[in-house]
Amino acid sequence: MSYDPTAADTTAATAEEPPTLPTDRHTGCPFDPPAELTALSDQPLRRMRYADGHLGWLATGHAAARAILADPRFSSRYELMHLPVPIAGMSQELPPAPVGDLTGLDAPEHTRYRRLLTGKFTVRRMRQLTERVEGLTTECLDAMEQAGPTADLVEAFAQPVPALMICELLGVPYADRERFQSQVATVFDQTAEAEAKGEAYTALLQYLNELVLAKRAEPTDDLLSDLTTSDLTDEELAGIGGLLLAAGLDTTANMLGLGTFALLSNPDQLQTLRADPGLAEQTVEELLRYLSVADPIPRAALEDVEVAGQLVRAGETVTVSVQAANRDPHRFPDPDRLDIHRKATGHLAFGHGAHQCLGQQLARVEMTVAFPALFARFPTLRLAVPPQEVPLRERSNIYGVISLPVTWDEE
Amino acid sequence: MSDPRQPLRLSADRDRCAGAGMCALTAPEVFDQDDEEGLVVLLHPVPAPEHQAAARMAVGLCPAGAIALDSPDSTAP
Repeated sequence: MSYDPTAADTTAATAEEPPTLPTDRHTGCPFDPPAELTALSDQPLRRMRYADGHLGWLATGHAAARAILADPRFSSRYELMHLPVPIAGMSQELPPAPVGDLTGLDAPEHTRYRRLLTGKFTVRRMRQLTERVEGLTTECLDAMEQAGPTADLVEAFAQPVPALMICELLGVPYADRERFQSQVATVFDQTAEAEAKGEAYTALLQYLNELVLAKRAEPTDDLLSDLTTSDLTDEELAGIGGLLLAAGLDTTANMLGLGTFALLSNPDQLQTLRADPGLAEQTVEELLRYLSVADPIPRAALEDVEVAGQLVRAGETVTVSVQAANRDPHRFPDPDRLDIHRKATGHLAFGHGAHQCLGQQLARVEMTVAFPALFARFPTLRLAVPPQEVPLRERSNIYGVISLPVTWDEE
Repeated sequence: MSDPRQPLRLSADRDRCAGAGMCALTAPEVFDQDDEEGLVVLLHPVPAPEHQAAARMAVGLCPAGAIALDSPDSTAP
């Protein structure tokens, strides 16, 4: 079973049959949600048909999405959920979260893990990394400039900057990157078969497990070593480490790649940012809203809950479409416009509720440093291919560009 | 609803806090996070007038509903 790009077209909503989740983003502007999804956004919460036939819900309205994500009556436990889109080879019944994967847990198990981590990712601690992020960014830009004047921005910049930073923070040797970078991509790839995803995850955990043992034997100055002093087991530590590594590698990288593509495609906005680098922070917020790369977020109702005038019954799955919620015109006027002067704060790109992204302050620091540095270094940066030829990660839990060929004028 | 003449009183519930840091990011003069657990620390329960708008925004942004605005007359929790 492979991905059929026309599948979304054959499932158009009728009065009788609820729609499935539209996933075909490649219908026009690469930054916009699927047109079929936008067409469903006239109702903030509506019925949706799941991969296994389950009749659940789709939330596209900002207020409804926010209410669901904030409400502990909606569970994050995978084993209670139905898959919004099929994964080849995956059984109808989802397994519970693997050990250490706190994204698939509820309180109090989730709280126990999260409390061990929140102190490591505070606003203050992440801001203290600014200088280090600047240093890593400069190194990547130097290498890109020397190898240029053409480059794949993903390989030269978008991937290595956050990868170097998360490796350093966790205490994962960057030189081992080939052992985990592709595994992480496979875990998030919706077109990968369940077996391949399982193998990739096992390989990632095995790597982390070896690392945890090494840190226990010889602690170094990093987060994984710090956590060995907690009451976490080796298995829990490897699971948490794998989650943090995966999240750190594949989210900001896609924001940097896709965000650069978006800014190059909106030259007026890029010009505004170049003229006033003080706009970097709000540009980052607007890019987070506009691109919403981590999507969707599923939840399962533990009891009957009324949301947006609808009664969600216990046991039903709700798919929260972050990209649709962040384009809700009731919350963000003229939502399809990238506008770096907009007050985009309040977007749901990092989720909402008790599971809101743990690493969001690191992501903010990385992007706030990286975007202005890139455009300052290469004042003539532009795409090296027509925009429609930029390959997109069309079916991944983390959206982005696969590569971004760029060029610039030499001094 | 907001009356600028009424003093704004804030409360923070560290048991509910998810440590996401939205308050410390949005209103750093009013909120902080402790270094150990990263949970909310209320620096100024009654923020100065110039920090009230940011404090209100932080209350609205908190993902865990851990910070609240208390009206002085209110008996609500």
